[in-house]
Amino acid sequence: MNDVKMETMSEKDMRRVAVRQAIVKGLVKFGVYAFLIIMALIVLFPFYWMINSSLKTLDEYRMSVPTFWPHKVMISNYASAYKTANLGKLFVNTVIVGVVSTILSLIITVLSAFAFARLEFKGKDMLFAGLLATMMIPGELFTITNYGTVTQLGWTNTYTVLIVPFLVSVFYIYLLRQNFLQIPNELYLAAKVDGTSDLKYLWRVMIPLALPTLISITILKMMGAWNSYIWPRLVANDAAHRLITNGLRNAFTETTGDVNYPVQMAAVALVSLPLFLVFVFLRKYIMQGVSRSGTKG
Amino acid sequence: MVNSKHQWKAWIYLAPAIAVLLVFTVWPIFNTVRMAFLENYSGLEATNGATFSFGVGNFVKVLKYKRFISCLKNTMILCVLTVPISTILALLIAVGLNSIKPLQKILQTIFFLPYVTNSIAIGMVFAAMFNIVGAFYGTENELIVTAGIINNVIEFFGGTPVNWINYGSQYSANIAVMTVYIVWNALPFKILVLLGGLQSINKQYYDAARVDGSSRRRIFARITVPLLSPMLAYVVITGFIGGFKEYTSIVGIFGENMGPADDAGRLNTMVGFIYDSLSTNSQGRASAAALILFGIILVVTLLNLYVSKKKVHY
Repeated sequence: MNDVKMETMSEKDMRRVAVRQAIVKGLVKFGVYAFLIIMALIVLFPFYWMINSSLKTLDEYRMSVPTFWPHKVMISNYASAYKTANLGKLFVNTVIVGVVSTILSLIITVLSAFAFARLEFKGKDMLFAGLLATMMIPGELFTITNYGTVTQLGWTNTYTVLIVPFLVSVFYIYLLRQNFLQIPNELYLAAKVDGTSDLKYLWRVMIPLALPTLISITILKMMGAWNSYIWPRLVANDAAHRLITNGLRNAFTETTGDVNYPVQMAAVALVSLPLFLVFVFLRKYIMQGVSRSGTKG
Repeated sequence: MVNSKHQWKAWIYLAPAIAVLLVFTVWPIFNTVRMAFLENYSGLEATNGATFSFGVGNFVKVLKYKRFISCLKNTMILCVLTVPISTILALLIAVGLNSIKPLQKILQTIFFLPYVTNSIAIGMVFAAMFNIVGAFYGTENELIVTAGIINNVIEFFGGTPVNWINYGSQYSANIAVMTVYIVWNALPFKILVLLGGLQSINKQYYDAARVDGSSRRRIFARITVPLLSPMLAYVVITGFIGGFKEYTSIVGIFGENMGPADDAGRLNTMVGFIYDSLSTNSQGRASAAALILFGIILVVTLLNLYVSKKKVHY
């Protein structure tokens, strides 16, 4: 049918149709780009506003007509933010908790994932299914009891209380087990024939092959320590053990009304900076881990 | 075959994980259920030797609490607003990103940026953007020093400034701010998952549709959405679960006040209610609320799975 139509069309008509199609295509393309770029600017705006505000003098921030770049760049806001929120101590606390819990968590995760992926034992499938089922339960349900448990153990206001309860993540075990399962079993059997021990095999073969997943877990775990708020506030809210997010909120309790925003925004920028650096250099691993997790931190 | 020596080894590998899980995951499940069904259970009184009778009083009391109902309402409203808005926006952005070549990588990176942020820290930035600085109390001697960048933009386009989050602000204005912030926060994950789904759709479907002369809208509705439906179902379910656990984004904007200065707790959520009960040592009440939260999440998830079983094309 199309052929018949084509024949009756003059060459001029065909050219006109082609031109019209090209125009529509161009307009659609323009529309798509316009939409994406406007959305990207909206997404970026808070970051720009944070930096812009953090560099202003208080007087300039309080001008009724906003300025889009500070007249006088106040780097000193960052120094006062650092001092006001005692950011140095908070950074150190968070790094200690982040590093220790990441290392311990990686060891536990690797060992359990190996057991689930390679070793045979009674009730393996049932135990694994049971673990996966706990992922459905909201964390608050655990927190209520855990709060009592750590109080009785005398762990409040220690690093331990920030590290131990979250050492095991069923999701990470699941993630790593899937990765381990992709490594052919023949490799394991060959190693057994050669008399290689399980631990040596795990260290020499499986860990290097699963390195991308391990890096993803490391980053997510560190980001988790950096962003955790509820649990640290509940159990370790003293100056000696306070973590960064909690400390930030504590140092700047005023959110509405007459706030010294430039200093507050400088503190926010300082807290956000490490996350951005991780993002810039390790984006690939974060995106890999995130697309499978669906949770933040 | 499986011999006992191997069994033994497997359990050694699992021992550290199981030890932590038993104390901090398995025991809490039982204990939280237990506390929920003990009338007026309080951890403090329990350590002093008090005993509590069995009953469903905690649940009845929680459901009668005005504060709990308001928390439930806030959580529901935020869920119902943010999940569809963020899903539709993320779908449009992902489809747009998938259809372009130049700038695709850089735009993709920008759209992922909000994921790598601290909800409290960036919440403070959003608060600064919406906040009216000055002695703004809705009285005649109010003094607006600066109306905040969002109000500046509204005024630029000829609108009147809105009291978004300050003393005397409207509930609807508060919810609007929270919706904007939560959607901003939820977009990256959804775009990431949906774009990944789009990129795995076989190009041949589109070629075939183009040969048939199908319109763009038809291709979108008949090919893209059905083939993307598993990913859409996934982001909707995780969106609802995340939405029902909303808490820190509100602390980010309103502080621990959980509401404007004249109405603390107005924007409190289910999770906030649980922590408030915990800090007053009312573990029974907290446990009952946590089980209700779990029940809601379970029902919503099953409902979503049921609907998507009918609608999702695998």
